Amino acid sequence: MNRNQMLKQLMEYDFVQYDLNLYLDTHPEDQKALKIFESVSEKAAALRKEFEAKFGPVTASQNNSVSEWRWLSAPWPWEN
Amino acid sequence: MWQYEKKLQFPINIKNPNPKLASFIISQYGGPDGELAASMRYLSQRFAMKDNVTKALLTDIGTEELAHLEMVGTIVHQLTKNATTTQIENSPMAAYYINHGRGVYPASSSGEPFDAMAIASKSDPITNLVEDLAAEQKARTVYENILRVSDDPDVNRVIKYLREREIVHFQRFGEALDRVQESINCKPVKGVGIKDCF
Repeated sequence: MNRNQMLKQLMEYDFVQYDLNLYLDTHPEDQKALKIFESVSEKAAALRKEFEAKFGPVTASQNNSVSEWRWLSAPWPWEN
Repeated sequence: MWQYEKKLQFPINIKNPNPKLASFIISQYGGPDGELAASMRYLSQRFAMKDNVTKALLTDIGTEELAHLEMVGTIVHQLTKNATTTQIENSPMAAYYINHGRGVYPASSSGEPFDAMAIASKSDPITNLVEDLAAEQKARTVYENILRVSDDPDVNRVIKYLREREIVHFQRFGEALDRVQESINCKPVKGVGIKDCF
């Protein structure tokens, strides 16, 4: 996967996780939704780690380099 | 507190410059039913909430609205960055351009700068939630008006996504209002004939 493909996949996982977050805010007792949330969160976290190792941090706190400030290197989201 | 994520909530890749469309869509950046108003409305109202469902919901949706603000800014930026001065001059964006160039400024499509008068924030949870339901409907209506005047598929897929989010938020706010109405505790205020609700 190239950067754009992997980023799109990460955006998809994060969106599913976030939309479930809103659903769980008003349905905190829904066990099925909780399970799906847990499984999506795991997938999203694993993919995020892989993406950040390859293409640089999504959040500045995950710079993951002692020799380079990688936060600056990738394009900004509004650029195409 | 917040932490920035260097990605959009939904991909945006607009190929054709269109300053006319940008001058319409800027309204969802800084207009009365725009994303700046939405985020400020929810993030301010949360302080008045008594229950954990509504505190969470306003925090989470208020945060998502900031992501939508970034998306609308991205649409305006991508529609204008390669527009020629002649294209802009012959479009409804001309007056905006004199003040802001191709920059992104929070204003409505009719040129009024962002105004907090477009939002409400009270200490009454039910008053706030009813305002939020209306706000989501108003934003949905504006996105539909944009779809009526736009024929750019790169723009419309993003606007359709934002419109759908208004519907999801409306649904969640409705559920929160039901919960608040069931759990709220009201006490009469002496001699005034009204109730204070907690």
